[in-house]
Amino acid sequence: MLGRGANGVYWMSRYLERAENTARLIDVGFHLALTRGSRQSQDEEWKSVLTTTGQLEAYCETHSEFTGPQVFNFLLREKDNPGSVLAMVENARTNARVVRTSLTNAVWETTNEGWMNLRELLARPVRETSLGEVLREIRRTGTLVRGALEGTMLRNEVFNFSRIGTFIERADNTARILDVKYYVLLPSAAWVGSSLDNVQWDTLLRSVAGNRAYSWLNAGSMDPRGIAKFLILDGQFPRSLVFCYDKIRSNMAGLAKEYGVEVPAHELLRDAGARLHQTSIEEIFETGLHEFLQDFIGKTIEISSAIAADYRFSE
Amino acid sequence: MATAGSKNFDEMLNADGSVRPAYEEFRQWFDGQDTTWLRRQDAEAERFFRRIGITFNVYGDDAGEERLIPFDMIPRIITAREWRKLTRGIEQRVRAINAFLQDLYHRQEIIRSGRLPIEALRNNEAFLSQMIGFTPPGGVYTHIVGIDLVRTGPDDFMVLEDNARTPSGVSYMLENRETMMAMFPELFTKVPVRPVSDYPRRLARSLRACAPAAYKGGKRPVVAVLTPGIYNSAYFEHAFLADQMGAELVEGSDLRVMDGRVCMRTTTGYKAIDVIYRRVDDDYLDPLTFNPNSVLGVAGIFDVYRSGGVTIANAPGTGIADDKAIYSYMPEIVEFYTGEKPILQNVPTWRCSEADSLGYVLDNLADLVVKEVHGSGGYGMLIGPTSSKKEIAEFEQKLRAKPGNYIAQPTLSLSTVPIFTKEGLAPRHVDLRPFVLVSPDGIDITPGGLTRVALKKGSLVVNSSQGGGTKDSWVLDE
Repeated sequence: MLGRGANGVYWMSRYLERAENTARLIDVGFHLALTRGSRQSQDEEWKSVLTTTGQLEAYCETHSEFTGPQVFNFLLREKDNPGSVLAMVENARTNARVVRTSLTNAVWETTNEGWMNLRELLARPVRETSLGEVLREIRRTGTLVRGALEGTMLRNEVFNFSRIGTFIERADNTARILDVKYYVLLPSAAWVGSSLDNVQWDTLLRSVAGNRAYSWLNAGSMDPRGIAKFLILDGQFPRSLVFCYDKIRSNMAGLAKEYGVEVPAHELLRDAGARLHQTSIEEIFETGLHEFLQDFIGKTIEISSAIAADYRFSE
Repeated sequence: MATAGSKNFDEMLNADGSVRPAYEEFRQWFDGQDTTWLRRQDAEAERFFRRIGITFNVYGDDAGEERLIPFDMIPRIITAREWRKLTRGIEQRVRAINAFLQDLYHRQEIIRSGRLPIEALRNNEAFLSQMIGFTPPGGVYTHIVGIDLVRTGPDDFMVLEDNARTPSGVSYMLENRETMMAMFPELFTKVPVRPVSDYPRRLARSLRACAPAAYKGGKRPVVAVLTPGIYNSAYFEHAFLADQMGAELVEGSDLRVMDGRVCMRTTTGYKAIDVIYRRVDDDYLDPLTFNPNSVLGVAGIFDVYRSGGVTIANAPGTGIADDKAIYSYMPEIVEFYTGEKPILQNVPTWRCSEADSLGYVLDNLADLVVKEVHGSGGYGMLIGPTSSKKEIAEFEQKLRAKPGNYIAQPTLSLSTVPIFTKEGLAPRHVDLRPFVLVSPDGIDITPGGLTRVALKKGSLVVNSSQGGGTKDSWVLDE
């Protein structure tokens, strides 16, 4: 396939994944702000959502307040925000158009329909009463496109590049969310077991759709180490760092098999994957969670750049 | 004034209001349907088109603004007998066009014989001197041709325009049929309609039959569709055709010339292309040979082409054959190369470059259609009968300033076919663009084509950029 085509499916998947993750962060922020009494702590909550999506700075350039509707409208639809969900879905759809010939009708149509629905839902400012519906539709679009890919695409290079995009983005997102909230997980003798802790931990898990899964696995008991281990090292949880890297490796292996040759990115990924598997949660806390995550985020960027270069995404 | 009235030929109804034989079976079915249900299907069709993304961009609008070409669900029906005659005429014309191009870029016999004045070539930008003395692979200049036909009476089809560069619209022909079959499947069990769906396969076969000298056999020739990109008005069609043919859809930035071949950048390295179905204009093909500012083409592709490294379809320089200044000579051209009288007539045309003609045109502006020689898309033209005195006066100034830029034709009373409106069936003017494939193996015409319809009552402009729509076009089986 064309290098430009690989770039197209890769970014289509990344943007859809990012849109979905942003929707989840807004959802959590909204719920949390509702449970906070004071205006000030509500604002803090929204500020934290902006930090996690990396858009605090851009937001502050044009806004001075942090009320819920202002923040979530900025994140969802504001025209001047190139990182809004609407812009991401538009980017995903534009990329899908670029690679239209590599996609099945089902994948193209679900992407196109999702964009059409969201464009309509986001044509006017979103109010708190309709926020739930909008966020559901964003998540639904991601889910439908993934389902269409899974159900209709040949397991070939196109599929593999799409999957690699999804999991690179997801790994990056999970790591960033953890990094912004890492202090929540730092063991603190004074805090452990307090109700504030529980709420914070729950929020963290919700942000990556892991609250139910974690409860099942741990029978309802919460502790920072367990949560960090779950989000970083659990091989079953589909948003954990280990899971994402395993998926990237298996899709990269698919490419090597189809092309009959490995590229430098394979080597890079193999090393990074092995290190991730060999590390333990004790070791991570010893070096420092923040340092570990920063290192992981940097590695992921390095891997994604290598993939883009090795497979000639651009000239 | 030419409006959809009694003096037009209506393709469905006789003057007395009875239904013509071609439409009998359809009408019977139509009259048996519930109107509310039909209306719902009509709305459904639009959603269907949006969902699958059959849209086009209008130049001058915001980038990314996509519109739908309105689809009308009443089919345009052509009988087997009518089609037989049309195909003979189209085949003759397309054969002549290719012979004409071969001649123009070689010995120019037609000019030596005095049948075509040298002025028609001089200063004509559509004539590419770079093509002189070169014969494209397989001897084919126009791999794909669209012939625009209009009808004025039971047996009167005329050629309004030839499209020998990069005719578009074939994806609408295909999707319109898909839509009709999805909406009204039982209709196709009642009426014997000839299929069109194998067009992409035939196109791929035609293109592969013109592989360049550098193609050494073995695997099938590699075909790619070259598009200007997603903001081009016909991008959907480019993607659609590439997809249906199993060809790569490439942009100029994917291509580069290496070792005498045109190669595309794939994930595993550069790979040679044998045949390029380009949907980029001549001028943008090669910045080294043509427009140096073009970013849509490939630097050096023309040299590769001339040395047999790649086939470009259609060949560069074919625009000279569909130039409006040349159009008026088409009857002579057909006769010169085929030795036969033209089966399909031209619309009578006055060349404003000639003093006598200009005089006549100026005296009769209110009754004529005046077109720019190099214009397209229905822009820059005057339709006398529907224009105001002021518009006519303004146009007259332009015409007097540069008469050589214009041709004039009588206002034809185009045939009508009904469309489905809120008030029921209503006649509207139509034209027809059949699609013709040329390869060394012969000429292949898909039964039907694209029917464009002026949706505004009385309007004669069918261009999609100006409020035209499309219809499914049926050729009945024998």
